[in-house]
Amino acid sequence: MNFWVELLISSLLLLGGLFVLVGSIGLIRLKDLYVRLHAPTKATTLGLGGILVGSMVYMSHQYGHLTIHELLITLFLVITAPVTAHILAKVALHHEVTMMKRTRNQRHVTTARMQLPPEEQEKQ
Amino acid sequence: MLEWSMIAVGVMLCVALVLNLWRLLIGPHVVDRILALDTMYINSIALILLYGMYSGTQLYFEAALLIAMLGFVSSVAFGKYLLRGDIIE
Amino acid sequence: MNLRSRWLPMPFHSLLLLVVWLMLNGSVSLGHIILGSVLAICIPLICAPLQVPQPRIVRPFRAFRYVLMVLGDIVVANIQVALLVVGPMRRIKPGFVAVPLDLDTTLPITVLASTVTMTPGTVSAEVTKDRKWLYVHVLDMPEDEQQIINLIKQRYEAAIKEIFAC
Repeated sequence: MNFWVELLISSLLLLGGLFVLVGSIGLIRLKDLYVRLHAPTKATTLGLGGILVGSMVYMSHQYGHLTIHELLITLFLVITAPVTAHILAKVALHHEVTMMKRTRNQRHVTTARMQLPPEEQEKQ
Repeated sequence: MLEWSMIAVGVMLCVALVLNLWRLLIGPHVVDRILALDTMYINSIALILLYGMYSGTQLYFEAALLIAMLGFVSSVAFGKYLLRGDIIE
Repeated sequence: MNLRSRWLPMPFHSLLLLVVWLMLNGSVSLGHIILGSVLAICIPLICAPLQVPQPRIVRPFRAFRYVLMVLGDIVVANIQVALLVVGPMRRIKPGFVAVPLDLDTTLPITVLASTVTMTPGTVSAEVTKDRKWLYVHVLDMPEDEQQIINLIKQRYEAAIKEIFAC
């Protein structure tokens, strides 16, 4: 196999693996649930995207014709990951999951739970 | 080179899966566990695709697509159950 | 009811079905195109009565540019989030923000909420019942929360408004 193609595939794979790992590290390191939601939805999705593109290049090279069906998984994940994150955030709000003390604007939580508009804040 | 980078990425994905499993076990709240499970689905898709590349077949693509769909549906079902089963009704 | 909307009730979905069918099979041979076209015409005919009326995409080209812009933003946002995750935890300043919405139908709001979740350090948490506010959880809150609201409104909501012309 051509050296440059190998280099391209390897770097895509390593980048993807790194982002997936960062997503999981975030899942362990971050301190509360709302903050934790950010790492898997963003980093893991991009990491999987990297691995899928790498796989696409590899398969295209291996079989001699363009294979793009890996893009379907990427498309599916880009559409569904935000939905999952939104539902989990909703559940967390409704279950009154504790959050970091330094989270700002915690007053929004009580109205958000009832799906009501925010109360008018007094101007400082 | 490609072989070695595939092995390296496989190790990374396995470490990521172990970290997710840890969060699944210690997760202080149910939502943490669902989040860890959802992340595990995505990581296992990546692992399956990597194994497909490693063995040079396209057979595993369908498995990855199915896991993506089932993972999404099950996470949303868990979320809906927690939303409607406990709080509102 | 004219002929086109009688036999092709959802042209965009039909095209999407055909493209997905060809991608799944990984070939563009004549047989797959014919089979895919039959499916792409039959499935929308069966599903059309189930549809809730939604605003149409008025500017497909603008929508395409929006998708490219969001893909670029996803990459940038991911690098930011990855740096925050690996770096020291005290740099993370989380917070909630309520963003006022100008959109009022479900599909544009869904698109906006999904974009907000995928892009810069924000996760959409809840939409109010009257669809006028979107609650957003921000990972790295700037001192002035108006900055986040302006970013979401000008960069994303304005583009979505243009695409759906609502």
